Amino acid sequence: MGEFFFERYNYFAVIILMMGGLYVVFSSGNMIKRLVGLGLFQTAVFIFYITLGKVSGGTASIIPGWDVYGHGKDYADAGHGAAYGTDGAAGGYPAATEAVATPDAGVAEPALDPLMRVVPEVDLNPYRVRPGDLQIGPGLADGPQVDGVLYTNPLPSVLILTAIVVGVATLSVGLALTVRTREAYGSIEAEDIRTADADSADPASQGGRA
Amino acid sequence: MTFEAFLAGLPPAVVHHAPVLAAAVPLLAAPLTALSWRGRFAWAVASTGAFSAAFFAIVTLLRVLTEGTVSYAVGGWGPPIGIELRVDALGGTMAVLVAVMGSLLIFGGYASVAAEVRKEKTSLFLAAFLLCFTGLIGICITGDAFNLFVFLEVNAIGTYAIVAMGASRDRRALPAAFNYLIMGSIGATFYVLGVGYIYAATGTLNMADMARLASPLVADSTVVQAGFALMVVGLGVKAAMFPLHQWLPGAYQFAPSLVSTFLAATATKVAIYAILRVTYTLFNPSVAFDALILQWVLAPLGALAVIACSVQALFQKDIKRILAYSSVAQIGYMLIGVALTTQAGAAAAVLHMLNHAFMKAALFLALAVLVLRYRTTSLDSLAGAARTAPWTVAAFAIGGLSLIGIPLTAGFISKWALLEAVLASGWLWAVIVISVGSLLAVLYVGRVLDVMYFKPPPADRAPVQEAPPVLLLTLWVLALANLWFGVDASLTRGLADAAAQAITDLANTGLGSVQ
Repeated sequence: MGEFFFERYNYFAVIILMMGGLYVVFSSGNMIKRLVGLGLFQTAVFIFYITLGKVSGGTASIIPGWDVYGHGKDYADAGHGAAYGTDGAAGGYPAATEAVATPDAGVAEPALDPLMRVVPEVDLNPYRVRPGDLQIGPGLADGPQVDGVLYTNPLPSVLILTAIVVGVATLSVGLALTVRTREAYGSIEAEDIRTADADSADPASQGGRA
Repeated sequence: MTFEAFLAGLPPAVVHHAPVLAAAVPLLAAPLTALSWRGRFAWAVASTGAFSAAFFAIVTLLRVLTEGTVSYAVGGWGPPIGIELRVDALGGTMAVLVAVMGSLLIFGGYASVAAEVRKEKTSLFLAAFLLCFTGLIGICITGDAFNLFVFLEVNAIGTYAIVAMGASRDRRALPAAFNYLIMGSIGATFYVLGVGYIYAATGTLNMADMARLASPLVADSTVVQAGFALMVVGLGVKAAMFPLHQWLPGAYQFAPSLVSTFLAATATKVAIYAILRVTYTLFNPSVAFDALILQWVLAPLGALAVIACSVQALFQKDIKRILAYSSVAQIGYMLIGVALTTQAGAAAAVLHMLNHAFMKAALFLALAVLVLRYRTTSLDSLAGAARTAPWTVAAFAIGGLSLIGIPLTAGFISKWALLEAVLASGWLWAVIVISVGSLLAVLYVGRVLDVMYFKPPPADRAPVQEAPPVLLLTLWVLALANLWFGVDASLTRGLADAAAQAITDLANTGLGSVQ
């Protein structure tokens, strides 16, 4: 029983947070509290995604050695041109193709760089990618290992980065609406708003306020 | 074919990039609109963006009709890793519907915007309108389940903002927009949670890839089943599926009239489109669980919507609210068509989406004109409006007759197609529901027309003139579309059949033709 629970504790956390958030959204009449509930609800889903992508023992999805380009040291040592991305048709990451993307022979063919992006041929022809050029091999199911390093799946984190941005935008629209509601009604409680509307339900007080 | 000649005459880059440009151009036009001077200039920028999007959407649809499903790898990252835009006849048709309707309304509806939105807000209003427009087009063209969520939210955030802008006419727009925001966000979050479940089971987000990997799993995997159910519920909120429709009447009633028109004509249909995508492409009705959900959840809810919301429409005092409840009822018809799981049913649902877009656009735009003149949409104060605004009310009447389904109107064609499809499947109860729904429509449309035509106008009403010509012209284009597609339905029918064939074919093979 305990094992069952602890193996899945992240899911239980998600369920509790989600239901808590949903309860706040529907039980509260205060606009701010409802937004807090909504945030809780959304965050629970974000946590679900992020824990989904975690590979036990996996490290952050940053390929070692790739960051050195940014600092210039190893980049220059390797004898490449001075400017970033000037060497060769493959764009900014030419050396990495040999250096990093070798271990999983099924996945990393010469046509692919470690990010599985199709390396452009000589010209940057927009027609170059055809569906079917890329296949995820079964190798990925064992965990995305590159050069013997086990990585956490980066995709859920990236997705949630997008979802967080979306959530922030929604929240800000919601808060703006709260401010406007307070200006228009003098309250942000659903009950007060309902009463105010019921009081002014006679046609004379509506429609004319252009 | 002439389409091919037309496409060959365009620059190849335009033809190749048309799918992404249909969404990218209005997306870029939105900030430009927000930055432009208020008033006419912003309107010109927004119209240009919207019309360009319509052009690219039409090019995309023509490509789909000539060469089959179009796949576009965004940024050169091929599927299934990159985001794929994947347009088939259904998606292309919906994108064209949204783009044409949106550009027509932005272009023709400026007078309505100027009257209902404060002048210093017009550029921001149009920018948010374009975001809403972009999101809808994006949903239609994307082939990626998570990307669909992003477009859903791009659309939603724009929509919340423009619904709330009705507050300068009536402050009740604010709580209505807020409710919509809460419901819409919960719906989108449910959808994204469902996507997460299926991603966990299949490891992919590309819909065609998901379809290939998930369909065999559905029967045994509760994870996939739960994910599927969550996606349908989430999209159901967006589509105002019957018990989840509570946000819709308020949002439609208090939004600026042009917004109500656009949302009624397109937004819920695009959500139905997404439901079709999930139930026919991602999964397909040959999967028992999918058929179960369609026939035992969506069909009964659709039937309930038709009856319950038509009855509710009878008792409303505000014409916009009457039409809003009617919209929920009409979504019920579409859901019945979707739930039939036959090609004829899907075709009828798509046909009704197209025709309903024309009727509701004509009806709501007629109301926009009346709001411009009378500053109200309450039924009582619009008594006798036909005497002072005969052309507007006549267009309203055409839309209303089409909504009922009188022969020679578009509404008749699609209701007839739906009845045929329902009969072919032997669903007699659905025949009864559709007939009762139409009778109720006669009552609630008749009530409005009766008041507008035959009741004496209130004594204290100031005399008014007809609407500005551009707005009236747009209104009549939409009204005549109802008559045109009621007499010669070859275009709408052809598109609906092609769309239905595209999704049911895909359902049979699991994966569409990859070209």
